[in-house]
Amino acid sequence: MSCTVRIASPLHSYTAGASRVEAHGTTLAQVLSDLEQRFPGIRFRMIDEQDRIRPHMRLFINTEAARDLAAPVRGGDTVHVICALSGG
Amino acid sequence: MSTVWVGTRKGLFALRTDARRRTWKLAGPQFLGHIIHHVVQDPRAPRTLLMAAKTGHLGPTVFRSGDRGRTWHEAAQPPAFRKAADGEAARAVERVFWLTAGHAAEPGVWYAGSSPAGLFRSADGGERWEPIAGFNDHPLRAKWVLNGTPDGELVHSILVDPRDPKHLYIGISVGGVFESTDGGADWAPLNEGVAADFLPDPNAPFGHDPHCIAQHPANPDRLYQQNHCGIYRLDRPGRRWERIGAAMPKKIGDIGFPIVLHHADADTAWVLPMDGQTVWPRTSIDGRPAVYRTCDAGRSWQRLDRGLPRARAWFTVLRQAMCADREARTGLYFGTTGGDVWASTNAGDSWRCIARHLPEIYSVSHAA
Repeated sequence: MSCTVRIASPLHSYTAGASRVEAHGTTLAQVLSDLEQRFPGIRFRMIDEQDRIRPHMRLFINTEAARDLAAPVRGGDTVHVICALSGG
Repeated sequence: MSTVWVGTRKGLFALRTDARRRTWKLAGPQFLGHIIHHVVQDPRAPRTLLMAAKTGHLGPTVFRSGDRGRTWHEAAQPPAFRKAADGEAARAVERVFWLTAGHAAEPGVWYAGSSPAGLFRSADGGERWEPIAGFNDHPLRAKWVLNGTPDGELVHSILVDPRDPKHLYIGISVGGVFESTDGGADWAPLNEGVAADFLPDPNAPFGHDPHCIAQHPANPDRLYQQNHCGIYRLDRPGRRWERIGAAMPKKIGDIGFPIVLHHADADTAWVLPMDGQTVWPRTSIDGRPAVYRTCDAGRSWQRLDRGLPRARAWFTVLRQAMCADREARTGLYFGTTGGDVWASTNAGDSWRCIARHLPEIYSVSHAA
């Protein structure tokens, strides 16, 4: 099952500058695992050691916010990795 | 050529000089926008540096350089707590706050301290990190850090006894000083004699707030501590800290963040007092910054402010943001929350500003 992942700019150092990559998986956890295989280190910057989405990261599947990594992903979906930070 | 590495809230900078230390050239930023908590040279392999970093968005990690900071490589397995069991509080490293190179006989070993309070070890030069269960899962750990601040307690000042790689000290702010004699398998508090005037029990065995602890490299039985409640010295095997800050001028007090030791003379140390009155401004006292030096193990202190701003300088110097080199005429360096770096090449007798307008400075470290 292939989906598109849109990568926020703080993570472009892992994807050689790519802002949009393809990934495989039927859950968000599998998609992130696939990303980690190809772009080592990227997952831990988004997801902590307890498998929680980090406080300043937001993950959307199409237009729906994903609250945890069990969220299902279907072929053709777009996963958006968004960064959320306020202040200077 | 030597380098003063400056870790800031917005990136990494380097100040380079030659043997005369008269002119300094600013390089960087590298990692612009990254939060750099600590940069440490490996004394066993001077081309190697480790750096604790994160960004506002992304999780904490460690970078390693094998070419004196020209290029950097991220750890394959950054410091992280073990996965929590069902029903157990799930801890995640919010920031890697402190790095310490291991014992000379253990090349490749490094230690890291985190917030919330966690201790980690790498045996491969900082590439892969493992949690030290003896501390992170210690049955008393939760009690030790019970009075921690909402921002998360910090593990810092990881000290490795140069005579024994299994003899370790750490500071927890807030939590206290702790000692291990078995390589981190077990820990015990070491806070006797240290004031904790914010605690209901002034004689509590832990819950103190050490800001910075230093062990003298040539006399490892001598420890110094800049605490939230004063400056202390401890000569082991003694267990009771002596408040050597009592000899500071009363109008200055003995509150501050960093304490820096002379590399050879165990009686010489420097502190940078800050305002710890009422609501704790933590700025230079009266806006007039000064370094204080003792040359007699804390029995007396000398004010050193020649060249520093005479007035209206309301900065703070954080615990990692002051260091010394190992030259015959000691070089001292500190960075301010206002983004300036100050240097002395005569053991603090006079000072000059060697960099201005950097981001808020979190760490200043010397690399030969």
